[in-house]
Amino acid sequence: MAESQEKILLDEQAMAGCLEKLGREILTNLPEGVPLAVVGIRSRGEVLAQRLVDILHHLGAERIDAGTLDITLYRDDLAERGPQAVLRKTDIPFDIDGRFIILMDDVLHTGRSVRAALDALVDLGRPRAIRLAVLVERPGRELPIQADYVGVRVVQEDLPVAVRLTESDGIDEVRVG
Amino acid sequence: MKTTRNTKTTKSSPLPAAHTDLGKPEVVWTRRHLLGLEELSGEELEHIFRTAESFQEISTRSIKKVPALRGRVVVNLFFEDSTRTRMSFTLAAQRLSADVLDFSAGKSSVTKGETLRDTVRNIEAMGVDTFIIRHSAAGAPHYITRCTDCNVINAGDGQHEHPTQGLIDIFTIRERKGRIAGLKVVIVGDIAHSRVARSNFWGLKRLGAEVTLVGPTTLVPRAFEKMGAKTSYDLDAALKDADVVNMLRIQHERISSQVFPSREEYVRLFGLTQERLRGTKPDLLIMHPGPINRGVELSSEVADGPNSSILRQVSNGLAIRMAVLFLLNQASGKN
Repeated sequence: MAESQEKILLDEQAMAGCLEKLGREILTNLPEGVPLAVVGIRSRGEVLAQRLVDILHHLGAERIDAGTLDITLYRDDLAERGPQAVLRKTDIPFDIDGRFIILMDDVLHTGRSVRAALDALVDLGRPRAIRLAVLVERPGRELPIQADYVGVRVVQEDLPVAVRLTESDGIDEVRVG
Repeated sequence: MKTTRNTKTTKSSPLPAAHTDLGKPEVVWTRRHLLGLEELSGEELEHIFRTAESFQEISTRSIKKVPALRGRVVVNLFFEDSTRTRMSFTLAAQRLSADVLDFSAGKSSVTKGETLRDTVRNIEAMGVDTFIIRHSAAGAPHYITRCTDCNVINAGDGQHEHPTQGLIDIFTIRERKGRIAGLKVVIVGDIAHSRVARSNFWGLKRLGAEVTLVGPTTLVPRAFEKMGAKTSYDLDAALKDADVVNMLRIQHERISSQVFPSREEYVRLFGLTQERLRGTKPDLLIMHPGPINRGVELSSEVADGPNSSILRQVSNGLAIRMAVLFLLNQASGKN
């Protein structure tokens, strides 16, 4: 077996820079007078969404609501996945009707998680618009889904990407290979 | 020992997949059948409760439906009548987007002499995934697991178990009290014939509650003491320091039997009234798995009072049954 060429794509500082860049891009494209909300996809998207909200506040954005989606019940591969970690609550403590929603996830790969998240969101109401923000984008889309805001792109195909966050994994870093 | 997958991977370990979930999975649910609470571990019970908590949120939405079991078929196989349990299972399955078939013994081929095995195999041949079975014979659901590849949920088998009702009651206690371990729980009524009492007892015992079974001498078998319960024929004494009291429904057909005191005597000795509640803990949780006989197990005042969780049990029934349907179907995914 070939030795895997694992390398660090983002360290703590670079990750913070990426998120700050995402925050600035989001703020330059905001529609007038539409309330903003950031919704993270469990589990790492939840953590990233929380950080993004803090950054947006820091950059001067007014009240922003934050929520979390558990997409387990909307996945299309229940039959293949077998026993799973515990299902957790979807926690969207605000009315999503008429909102401008930033959907946040750690990695965009096949697009299936995002598809499930879109279904889960529209079951809760009718947002004004939904935009997708991801920390890492990698090739391998199986659905016609693209991100609107991307922290960093991996261009090589078939390179595994691992996102680790301090809150869950003890360290902020993204590794590839 | 179950292996716990540590998400705090060290740097030298191979990379996890990109979409690895956090906190994954402390306990993996692998059972394809729910036959009783006696065989479940504390971790498995807790896993069901945490899953049910997530399902509670769905019932608060305006669109009370998720696509998790889309394309799956759930069969209500009821050889004994039970409108309420059947409705609860049906609604739970529908909220998960499963299709539901209803089978009633009275109108079926059973009356034409078909065996249980043939009934099950014939329905399975139509392409179904889960059987929910209620049967007067203890062990009928266990037998069905040997006739079919489908998931099987016991919805009450003879005097053996009614695991989802036990889960509902314990989940409701957990919700109201914040814990199970160390609580004093009193179960009152026809203990000898009650599958609800058995399921409650096994689950509560596993989670560390102290269970006291109370009723007429003829209906509270001493054998339960060997299993770890206390027994008593004196409700007032048992209620004194109780945290929870679960009043079982009295079956009308027993009232006329030899083992049962008169209705009046039962109410006097074992009925829960406002007067009897004096001297009990002010936050005593009052439960009843339903349907209640007002004026027998409970006075109306008590049944509708602030300490009663009767309607909450019914609401929680949906979340628990959604959780069980989901977990069993998920576990059968790979097989």
